[in-house]
Amino acid sequence: MIDLLGYGAFFLSTALIFALITLGLNLQWGLTGLFNVGISGFVAIGAYASAILTTPATPDRIGGFGWPILLGWAAAALLTAAAAAFTGYATLRLKSDYLAITTFGVAVVVQLVALNAQVLTGGPFGVAFIPRPFAAVQADPVLFNFANLAVIAAVTGATFLALQRLSRSPWGRVLRALREDERAAIALGKSARSYRIQAFAVGGAVMGLAGAVQAHFIGFIAPDNYLPTLTFQVWAMLMVGGSGSNRGAVMGAIVVWAIWVGSGSLTSAIVPGDWQARAASLQIVAIGVMLCLILLWRPQGFFGARRRGA
Amino acid sequence: MSQMVLEARNLTKRFGGLAAVDTMSLAAAPGEILGLIGPNGAGKTTMFDLLAGSVSPSGGSIHLMGQDITHAPAHRRLSAGMGRTFQIPRPFPELTLLENMMLARQDQTGERFWANFTAPRRVAAEERAARDKAMALLDLVALSRLARDPARILSGGQRKLLELARVMMADPKVVLLDEPAAGVNPALLEVLIARIQTINATGVTFVLIEHNIDMVTRLCHRIIVMAQGSLLFAGKPDEVARNPRVIEAYLGGAAA
Repeated sequence: MIDLLGYGAFFLSTALIFALITLGLNLQWGLTGLFNVGISGFVAIGAYASAILTTPATPDRIGGFGWPILLGWAAAALLTAAAAAFTGYATLRLKSDYLAITTFGVAVVVQLVALNAQVLTGGPFGVAFIPRPFAAVQADPVLFNFANLAVIAAVTGATFLALQRLSRSPWGRVLRALREDERAAIALGKSARSYRIQAFAVGGAVMGLAGAVQAHFIGFIAPDNYLPTLTFQVWAMLMVGGSGSNRGAVMGAIVVWAIWVGSGSLTSAIVPGDWQARAASLQIVAIGVMLCLILLWRPQGFFGARRRGA
Repeated sequence: MSQMVLEARNLTKRFGGLAAVDTMSLAAAPGEILGLIGPNGAGKTTMFDLLAGSVSPSGGSIHLMGQDITHAPAHRRLSAGMGRTFQIPRPFPELTLLENMMLARQDQTGERFWANFTAPRRVAAEERAARDKAMALLDLVALSRLARDPARILSGGQRKLLELARVMMADPKVVLLDEPAAGVNPALLEVLIARIQTINATGVTFVLIEHNIDMVTRLCHRIIVMAQGSLLFAGKPDEVARNPRVIEAYLGGAAA
């Protein structure tokens, strides 16, 4: 029973970190219509930034700054915002699929840097000993898990509320107008360039923050955490939840993560040992099948109100 | 400068070797409704795009109320006092009519990211004022009962009315209308003409491109005829209708 509670808290913590990333994507895609397929790259920048700034000194790697965790998170959000703003600036002239290819390229570059820039990132071995919040109570797993869940829920909740306010604000209204018709928005006095960069930066900040929170929750990061699979998962979460809705982004993240974890334990329970590695791909299949079902029955997702392609 | 509210001097736009607009000048007096007509390919649309800022000129200048806006980007022209509508109206389809309207307000505090957290009261007060103004303008074009509906449900003619009301949210001194009558049914066209006259009576200047000659002669105080990128003739509607060169160029002699 205690184990189950602890596991529940762990599951929800992970799901809420995904929810945070999905909220960032919702601002960029759901609100502004920016086709960002480089999510994993922005999450990685946040994770590495906070990890490097807060870990103790290690030979062969830059570090030993010993910043407090909260400061590391803030720096992660700011740094990712800057990286995302630069990406936005560099891709101002690109639309839809071209933008997607470019952002995907950014993510690949970030991942390769993480893998090879050993002095900065520790290379394939990653960064370990990332300080975890409430490390003092680590001996009591239930308390530890719940304390962490509380922090993650607070960060996700605060971000959710801030994004809700922004979506309904005149600022959010400009983003939605740009999504619908950029030329008309310009004729109405809105600088498409400026808002596009802002949307990239704010969404990137949220993704970077999520990466940092996750890094400190697990205590260890490696380049393998930031493969395109992560981007795929987050897109599936937004599609299922409903593009354009912050509520949908959170719900979609929880539902898709439940299916991901559920299909993972199901395959490991019923597939014989030799086949386990290959059966792991069934997780992606499970998400894909669900995505198809959602798109057939409720193309706008659980919470999406928007009728696309009208 | 002059007392002209909008003045274009020797505007030129070359696309490669072709001068679509060739040293064309045009001036609109305050409170005037100025028509811009000409046969297909005369350069009306390019002239219009130059004035609106969506195309930058190869030569010449544009002044708005004495201020040089020749190289001001398109998104700065509305706050400078000049708005435009599109030939095919461009409402934001998934935004409500009210949101479409409120968006057009210029210099909104709440359009700045941080202001939504640092000055929420001011943002809310501005939003209330914008909503009141939007509802009044929607009333004027008989669309207020649809204020909460998404703009995609509107008919073509209603979209034109919404676009006219929307651009008025910014309190422009000059409004450029790109073929306001195109695709509008006769009944709605009467509403549209009446509303343009109502707004014009408050001192707003209009410059319009139009193919519907009946509408142009009824609405416009003065008409400028373009042919091959340059000025062919300018005068009052009845003078234009009688001018042999205009009849030759624009009507191909058929109406003579």
